[in-house]
Amino acid sequence: MNWGVLLFPGSNCAEDCFHVIDKVLGKPVTYLWHKDTDLGDVDAIIIPGGFSYGDHLRPGAIAHLSPAMSAVKEFAEKGGLVIGICNGFQILTEARMLPGSLLQNRGLKFLCQDQTLKVDNIETPFTSEYKTDDVLVFPIAHNEGNYYAKPETIAEMEQNGQVLFRYCNPEGEISDVTNPNGSINNIAGIINRTGNVVGMMPHPERSSDNVLGLSDGKGVFISMLKYLEANKQN
Amino acid sequence: MLKAIVTVMLKKGIFDPQGRAVQNGLESVGFENIKGVRVGKQLEIDLAMDDLESANDLVHKMCDKMLANPVVESYSFVIKEV
Repeated sequence: MNWGVLLFPGSNCAEDCFHVIDKVLGKPVTYLWHKDTDLGDVDAIIIPGGFSYGDHLRPGAIAHLSPAMSAVKEFAEKGGLVIGICNGFQILTEARMLPGSLLQNRGLKFLCQDQTLKVDNIETPFTSEYKTDDVLVFPIAHNEGNYYAKPETIAEMEQNGQVLFRYCNPEGEISDVTNPNGSINNIAGIINRTGNVVGMMPHPERSSDNVLGLSDGKGVFISMLKYLEANKQN
Repeated sequence: MLKAIVTVMLKKGIFDPQGRAVQNGLESVGFENIKGVRVGKQLEIDLAMDDLESANDLVHKMCDKMLANPVVESYSFVIKEV
């Protein structure tokens, strides 16, 4: 079960992701470089957070055209698991591997805080460890996390269960008041139609090791691991 | 030699918090009669070519591939001889 963490100039959450796979899950993990056209023998790819290419032009606008992203697309088309976290989510929308886009936070402020999230769909390879309506705490740290897609796209996504996480308050209430950045329908994380590519603004890798005081994020990686192991045996 | 001046704006109907903040700022110092403000970006691209038609095609391709995100942004440009 080999994991890959894709590095761009400006990625700054890659080591956290690497640590979770290596030390928390105890699984083999390797860094992939944005100029690689061959991603080697990986079973899952993590696109970490950060400020790839300095966020110039738009977050992810330059990164999504890098050689490695063509390989990531091919990997995903064959059913490989891909998760983009924060800047990774922005890169995946720019690459059109996920619908919509991430706009500037409506409050114009960079948000850096612990954030409560509600799990919406547990029937995916990324969320099977959770229970529906679980309220989790993940850190968020972003300036462009305000999820936007056309109303008809949102309606389709809602109907297909493509929303995985929504921003809520500690009681699990989802409303405009519990929406930190203006995302439509409080969307914090989504999955593609084929169910193997996820993007999320909150950071599960920063809440996966008990020593950090938060461990709710571990479920994302354990879900992925269990899915990979189950599918390897078949 | 040609210069392309590209303007990228958030599409109509998409809330632009930066534009709203600028409007609030203008109003707070006493400017009146403002219906709305939207903030976009302008890029100036110096082109090492002279043919206007192929420059036009090239800049369209640049906008579609990288300079604008069609999900949320629209673009326009003019090309000038310099």
